[in-house]
Amino acid sequence: MPRAFTPKVITANALLEGDVVYLTADDIWTRDLDAAELLEDEAHAQLRLIEAQARVHEVVGAYLADMKPSPHGPEPTHFREEFRRTGPSNYFHGKQAEKNHV
Amino acid sequence: MYKYNDFDAAFIAERNRQFRAQVERRIDGSLSEEEFRPLRLMNGLYLQLHAYMLRVAIPYGTLNSAQMRQLAYIAERWDKGYGHFTTRQNIQYNWPKLQDVPDILDALGEVEMHAIQTSGNTIRNVTADHFAGAAADEIDDPRPVAELLRQWSTDHPEFQFMPRKFKIAITGAPNDRAVIKAHDIGIQIVEQNGERGYRVLVGGGLGRTPMIGKVISDFVTEVDLLPYLESIVSVWNQIGRRDNKYKARIKITVHEHGIDEIRRMVEERFEQVRPTFGGIDQQLLAEIRESFAPPAFRKAEIDDYTRAYDSDPVFRSWIDTNITAHKQADYAIVSISLKAHGKTPGDATADQMRTMADLAERYGHDELRISHEQNVILPHVHNSDLAAVHTALKQAGLATANIGLISDIIACPGMDYCALATARSIPIAQEIATRFDELKLEHEIGPMKIKISGCINACGHHHVGHIGILGLDRAGVENYQITLGGDGTEDATLGERAGPGFSYDEIVPAIERIMNAYLAHRETEAETFLQAYRRLGLAPFKAALYPEAQANAA
Ligand code: SF4
Repeated sequence: MPRAFTPKVITANALLEGDVVYLTADDIWTRDLDAAELLEDEAHAQLRLIEAQARVHEVVGAYLADMKPSPHGPEPTHFREEFRRTGPSNYFHGKQAEKNHV
Repeated sequence: MYKYNDFDAAFIAERNRQFRAQVERRIDGSLSEEEFRPLRLMNGLYLQLHAYMLRVAIPYGTLNSAQMRQLAYIAERWDKGYGHFTTRQNIQYNWPKLQDVPDILDALGEVEMHAIQTSGNTIRNVTADHFAGAAADEIDDPRPVAELLRQWSTDHPEFQFMPRKFKIAITGAPNDRAVIKAHDIGIQIVEQNGERGYRVLVGGGLGRTPMIGKVISDFVTEVDLLPYLESIVSVWNQIGRRDNKYKARIKITVHEHGIDEIRRMVEERFEQVRPTFGGIDQQLLAEIRESFAPPAFRKAEIDDYTRAYDSDPVFRSWIDTNITAHKQADYAIVSISLKAHGKTPGDATADQMRTMADLAERYGHDELRISHEQNVILPHVHNSDLAAVHTALKQAGLATANIGLISDIIACPGMDYCALATARSIPIAQEIATRFDELKLEHEIGPMKIKISGCINACGHHHVGHIGILGLDRAGVENYQITLGGDGTEDATLGERAGPGFSYDEIVPAIERIMNAYLAHRETEAETFLQAYRRLGLAPFKAALYPEAQANAA
């Protein structure tokens, strides 16, 4: 039996800044994982990925990342995505620092 | 130190101009990422987990104070105020923005630096003994040859699209501080019947399939060196495997064909290559040598030094740990630790870089080195200046007395930055250092090299650590595998896997158990961990690491 599809978000790195971005339901690249569109249907996810990958002048390396739903938005299921949405552990740099400004 | 000639300067300026135009074309949409990626990599620009990363070459790890100050300026102006020195004697900036990179490259060009060939399937930055030109045990300064190799390999038309990257390391001393046996080509300056020559090793490397380099020639004469090396690279360029990335490095070629067959092919190629070198390289080498002439060493009284050494225990501890014997009387080699307990191995702030630049200018004949162990070296300091140097380093948070000890850890960027990582390495290093500092055991333990990599690529040299730690992803959690007994010196040995890996929370206690076992089993205080390991083997350390297994077996 094929494995059941697990929910995902589309993520990439921004072309200019190189930082982590996520795709929202209304086609905006956001820095905030909470605002990302959680894709629960496989065919829809593939379609969205193709659309995202076509936006080559905004982002680099778009891919589908596993997430699970939570009350405040998608949550990483793997530590790599947890680090990507947080920033490095040795300095208070990256997303964790920028969040404070918002 | 080597000064760019007009050709070098024009070459860098032209490359930077080209790259600036390429970045513009990427941003305005006329270049796709597929088209742009190889171009940015040719200029040392990677895209990592959280940002771009720019890797700047520090040829054979040698810098002057103006260059170090410029690195500080770049860190402050375009990055987050610090830089990361790597095991390849380079510096990496973790946060540049794409549109700033051309300006950064121009700023580097102003001080004769660049980021060319720090990536891609080319001959990478040639690394050398970080004590080159200063060490008491040295036969000759390896840097003129390293510089010759840099010029020969930079933009060499035959060597731009090789099967894989290619790394060369050189040492001028019998005590290998450049890990030459873990490079594609390792070179050691030797003397035979009064003649200078080179022992050449080939096929070393770490990564997925670690191998210790094998001697391909015991003695290559000075005039033959460059054609001989070109013959090695050329043979590999031809027969190296391009079908499988993991089998493309020369270590696999040597392994598959055998060193004797490779030697035969190289010698055959050498017959063709040798006549094409008309002696230009030797003229060039002679010119390069002049720019590496030793500094004008001075004489001075050292009473103050002796007094400080006798009266100040902090200074004494630093001297005993961070100073290495210099070939010149009353001079010392100072290793500045970038491993303050709990800090990121290899990182220096812009202010710290400036302090080190000032000290080099004032007390160090304007020379600095980056070691593959991620520390900074002042290679020529007169003993009478050591107290002043120490005071200044203390104020800058750079006087940690731990060179060669358990907290002097090599750690690659790991999953805090690197897109290829399978686990973090930096916080493991931070926690080990902090823990043993709390235990006040590091001087008691003595010489100890811990090396940590965040994936199988082994940038953290874990295979040749006395204790190697490899971070892996095991079913979605970080897991750390321990190897023991590795050695990166002239007695190079690959570490042995101790057993099942440990979780993030278990790894530091596991290291502590190994150290307790060592302290309990060593014959005398003079027996180092590595010596004890060689005498005892894995068993007692395994027992300490896996007490449950012991209990179950009983
Ligand atoms: S060893 Fe792996 S994780 Fe560490 S820097 Fe190299 S590629 Fe990245």
